[in-house]
Amino acid sequence: MRRLPQEEADSVLFRPLMRSSWRFYVAVLILGSMVAWAGFAWLYQLTQGLGATGLNRPVYWGIYITNFIFFIGISHAGTLISAILRVAHAGWRRPITRSAEAITVFALMVGPINIIFDLGRPDRLLNVFIFGRYQSPLLWDVLAITTYFTGSILYLYLPLIPDIAMARDRVRPGHWKHLLFTLLALGWRGTELQKKRLHRAIGIMSVIIIPIAVSVHTVVSWVLAMTVQPMWHSAIFGPYFVVGAIFSGIATLLIAMAVLRKMLHLEDYLKPDHFNKLGLLLLVMTLLWLYFTFSEYLTTFYGNAPDELSVFYSKWHGEFAWLFWTMVVVTFIIPFFILAIPRTRTITGVVIASILINIGMWIERYTIVVPTLTRPRLPYDIGVYLPTWVELSITLGEFAGLALLYVLFTRLFPIVSLWEIKEGEEEEREKAQRVLAEPKPEGKLAALRRIVSG
Amino acid sequence: MTRWGMVIDLDKCAACQACVVACRAENNVAFAGEEEAAKGRAIFWMQLLPVAEGEYPRMKISFIPVPCMHCDNPPCVKVCPVNATYKNEEGLVGQIYTRCIGCRLCTVACPYTVRFFNWYDPQWPTEMASSLNPEVYVRPRGIVEKCSFCVQRIRRAKETAKAEGREIRDGEVQTACAQTCPGHAIYFGDLDDPNSTVSRLAHSGRAFRLMEDLGTEPKVYYLASGEWDVFKHPDEEAISRRRLSERRKQL
Repeated sequence: MRRLPQEEADSVLFRPLMRSSWRFYVAVLILGSMVAWAGFAWLYQLTQGLGATGLNRPVYWGIYITNFIFFIGISHAGTLISAILRVAHAGWRRPITRSAEAITVFALMVGPINIIFDLGRPDRLLNVFIFGRYQSPLLWDVLAITTYFTGSILYLYLPLIPDIAMARDRVRPGHWKHLLFTLLALGWRGTELQKKRLHRAIGIMSVIIIPIAVSVHTVVSWVLAMTVQPMWHSAIFGPYFVVGAIFSGIATLLIAMAVLRKMLHLEDYLKPDHFNKLGLLLLVMTLLWLYFTFSEYLTTFYGNAPDELSVFYSKWHGEFAWLFWTMVVVTFIIPFFILAIPRTRTITGVVIASILINIGMWIERYTIVVPTLTRPRLPYDIGVYLPTWVELSITLGEFAGLALLYVLFTRLFPIVSLWEIKEGEEEEREKAQRVLAEPKPEGKLAALRRIVSG
Repeated sequence: MTRWGMVIDLDKCAACQACVVACRAENNVAFAGEEEAAKGRAIFWMQLLPVAEGEYPRMKISFIPVPCMHCDNPPCVKVCPVNATYKNEEGLVGQIYTRCIGCRLCTVACPYTVRFFNWYDPQWPTEMASSLNPEVYVRPRGIVEKCSFCVQRIRRAKETAKAEGREIRDGEVQTACAQTCPGHAIYFGDLDDPNSTVSRLAHSGRAFRLMEDLGTEPKVYYLASGEWDVFKHPDEEAISRRRLSERRKQL
């Protein structure tokens, strides 16, 4: 019997789970070697001490902290997109939630490692748990990020269960993947009771995860904002960071979706309309980001406090000006026009805008962390910071690591939530049937005739 | 209760940096070396900060010795995640070297930038490595350190006083920088004792603290230079009082 076209299409989703193309191995090789090189750089740093970095006094923090904030920001792709859309019952979310949730989990694996890279004594990390002081913003980070990490793993896992069960049924028994899927599927058979419970669990998780996600980037910003340092000590830092996080999160999701679409041939699932809708969301975030940045910088400038101004001018026309203005161009000006004009809001256009936005958001984090530190309040020399090869290798390794985890994930699990799509289709069909079954409302003309003739 | 504080008379300071050197020797402060120092990796528990006011030709350069301010409201203590830095009951802001994880949140939170990080293993020129102060812990790589107000000297003075069954006398504890200052510009003592030299100087009209507007309540006071009429040094006050009584007698 000929297979139904739909079934054939679905097997696209499971193909990467069964067979790996040469592209997969090449990707793993390249990304893996980048990660290995970063591991070597870290070992070098461990033997040499943090002197191996470009950090100094007064620039005590550099690109490790920048990366930390950036990757935690990216992690907001998953939850906020998928949870908000789920809560809002947006039907078009179905094919994209999984790829978004996976970004969250992997970005949360990569981001916090930067704190370990940045520690002078990583061997004493456990002191944070033994002697932890809850008055310290760093402890708030530990608490928020571990909660978020646990929550987002659950949030990724729950909607995966039915798809894992489907994958289990497709793998021949005896294969190690069959064992893995059997374990992870938790005996899913798709009964009504199981479905009801799963829906309930997902519903609860998607509501819980939203405030947790918001809290995470808020407390990340508070590590800076709770100090009295110029241009860090700002009340809008919490929401400013959250907006930036969602902004770069959506951009990352769009890049990931475009790559998946191309590499795994998911054209039937990730449609131009998804890119269009997320592109519009990105446009809103671009404007919101500009609004926050404008508020932050204008109040600083207008307030005219000398300490604040010296940091402000270092970005406005000082040594950080090229970074600052690049940031404005690539996070706002170019993406705004690409996303606002319908003709350029194509998949290619949206992806270009997303790449630019991520570059810009990394620069944004950098120009928040470093310039303040270069301008101590007392008249010391102005701080100079240049990251060394160690820091740059580790940074590249982190990006590679995130990509590697993602690639491996797509080989183990279907990256599109198949059962949710099917469920959506069923719902649509039911709705259509209900509409068809209902007695047709009497037209005005017919009613008039009836009255006249009656 | 004792509240340790320091007063630095900028009029007496000749910017000779003897305090910087003495502090280094007393507290086993590691040598970063020329190359690393140029990168900003040198550690100075006490340092001399040049301050330029105005523009050429109407310009004034002055030097301010800057130790840790031992704030009563320390921004560094507030943010430490592991309680490695703390303020004790005598107002000293201390550092637990064996607990510090080296996250440097305290160093970025300190508005005076007087906290230092050990970028490498500590090193000294060979002649000096053999003459480290046995009373002071040698800080390993990867942790934060700063001026301790020579806590080892405070401890020793306390023990001596206890053995002799008395209170610590004013001026008995001298930090290394105060002891070595050729101009006697640095005073150290109890700010809570209304009769101590430091508390009287801290109440003089010349006294100011760095960045008082931040509310950190530093316990290092400076006496502004060039305003002799406002200020009376305790010694001078005694001299003038003696002169006054002498003149009375004469009359």
